Amino acid sequence: MDHVLEIKNVTKRFGDFTAVDSVSFDVEDGGFFSILGGSGCGKTTLLRMIAGFEIETEGELLIRGESMRGIPPEKRAVNIVFQNLALFPMMNVEKNVAFGLQRQKLPQPEIQTRVTEMLERVGLVGFEKKNVNDLSGGQRQRVAIARSLVLRPSILLLDEPLGALDRKLREHMKIELKVLQKEIGTTFIYITHDQSEALVMSDKVAVMNEGRFEQLDTPKNLYKHPATSFVAGFVGENNEFDVLDYVDGRVVTENGCKIVKDGLDFQPKKLYMRPEAFILNPSPDLSDIQRIDMRIKAILFDGSNTKISAIIKESNDDVLISLPQNAEFESLKEGDDLDVGIHRDDIKCYQG
Amino acid sequence: MKKKRSSTFYLLMAPVLLWLILLIVIPHLDMFFRSFRFESDNGAMVFSLNNYLSFFEDQIYWLTFVKTALYSIGVTFLAFVVTFPVAFYLTKVVAKKYSSFMVLLLLIPIWIGELVTIYGWMILLSDNGVINNFLVGVGLIDSPIVMLYTNFSMTIGLLYMSMLFMIIPMMSALESLDDSLIEAASDLGASKWTIFRQIIIPYTTPGIASGGIIVFMLVIGDYVAPNILGGKSSLWFTEQIYNKFLATFNWNEGAAFGFLLLMLSSGIIWLALRLTGQKLEKVGS
Repeated sequence: MDHVLEIKNVTKRFGDFTAVDSVSFDVEDGGFFSILGGSGCGKTTLLRMIAGFEIETEGELLIRGESMRGIPPEKRAVNIVFQNLALFPMMNVEKNVAFGLQRQKLPQPEIQTRVTEMLERVGLVGFEKKNVNDLSGGQRQRVAIARSLVLRPSILLLDEPLGALDRKLREHMKIELKVLQKEIGTTFIYITHDQSEALVMSDKVAVMNEGRFEQLDTPKNLYKHPATSFVAGFVGENNEFDVLDYVDGRVVTENGCKIVKDGLDFQPKKLYMRPEAFILNPSPDLSDIQRIDMRIKAILFDGSNTKISAIIKESNDDVLISLPQNAEFESLKEGDDLDVGIHRDDIKCYQG
Repeated sequence: MKKKRSSTFYLLMAPVLLWLILLIVIPHLDMFFRSFRFESDNGAMVFSLNNYLSFFEDQIYWLTFVKTALYSIGVTFLAFVVTFPVAFYLTKVVAKKYSSFMVLLLLIPIWIGELVTIYGWMILLSDNGVINNFLVGVGLIDSPIVMLYTNFSMTIGLLYMSMLFMIIPMMSALESLDDSLIEAASDLGASKWTIFRQIIIPYTTPGIASGGIIVFMLVIGDYVAPNILGGKSSLWFTEQIYNKFLATFNWNEGAAFGFLLLMLSSGIIWLALRLTGQKLEKVGS
């Protein structure tokens, strides 16, 4: 597949502060690409550089193979959906969507056709003459997306557009956005701090931290095989342990819990075990698992997301364990002893 | 169903009513009736339209009236042109902590008072004033240009005193304009000029309109600047009213002229609001 966007060693500095630190990556045409990171990690700066609102200090951006150096935002084949949507309050829905087409000086009938077509696509037929302030959050979202997509950009940039919506609507818009992207085939670059948004919608996710990419991978790989301790801690829930020592194939946590992990060729600093990787009451004949004795501190009921807060008897380390809501574990309660096992592959150790 | 109002409601309403009735309604009614009173040949006061007719009969009143209207519109427009870039700079370019200080500096002329400021302009504009001395000194002109006591000096005075009242509503309109609207427009392919015309101006129109109304009212009703800086050659309609009251002691005709000015300014503001599609309630807030 072609690369619609190539980023080559791009750095952005604001004074002494390096917001984006020598980042390189390619985005394939027609994919849903997310950049995931906490606030201040540089993801917005990166997005603004792609849109042309910030100029890179070093490095180069290519869109469809063409260097974007010196090309202002209004001349780039990328459009952005802003965090606050930035709909024009003095225009109705139709005029908002037609704004970009009118700038291209297209004939009026063509503008009309394309606007109608786009409003149909995002399900806003009948809202043409409505003022954008009279729309619901989800409808405003769709106007913002339609306004950009109607220009048929090479890339649509989305700057946390779901942030302001309530949870229910956000879940719904996630699916809607993913379906819309597959339908029209435009490349989406989506930035978010919400890992669930990134994992659900994306084909590829880049995890960003302190101006650098920690890992660029499919959502599944990101979750299953985090490349760095930051990714392990940031994507999905995880139990994190500081590691004191590694002797005789055993990792020793700060509080003294010993966990067998063979064949590490480095001195680990951090150890991670996912809550759902734990097996409750593992059968004695299971091999290649680490068995840990624990005690239940509390049961944190949250429907399908229910967890056990437990402590490791050996070290008093706190651990969260997923608790399937089926009859088998119904009887578990506070203070019970708990046999827990975890596959050695699911124990992740990192140097940094 | 009628809701019973509490005594607090009436207590709070009282100052408003007193203000409106004592300071606005009664004086205007008095003026209104006075404007139809006319002293007949035998000295009796009769109802008559003569006060208004005298305005139409004498050409000088007419011309002053029209000139006052046109100049007021012109000064209001100039105030917009001069203050818009300043307001834009103060809200969108310079950091907030500096801009509030700069606004404070801009407002100094208001603290000093109109009369003193106008005298300041006299020092600048007179034949051997600062500007002429400078221009002659650097050799740009051989003899001083007459600036004082002309329509030019009057316009400057009117503009200088009123434009500050334009800048405040315009700044608050610009402050509420989200920068991302400007970025979004540019992202969608709009040039700087298009952004100004299609985004910034429509967005700030209520602010411009409310600033414009204040400036227009101040200018059309001003007396000091036209009288001192305009001199004999620059007639302003307020001067005609002044003359009626204090030079010829014809209060009835003065009242009629006052009403004509009130109708003129209200008419122009109504027209301007209609043309820009603004509602008075929205502009007033």
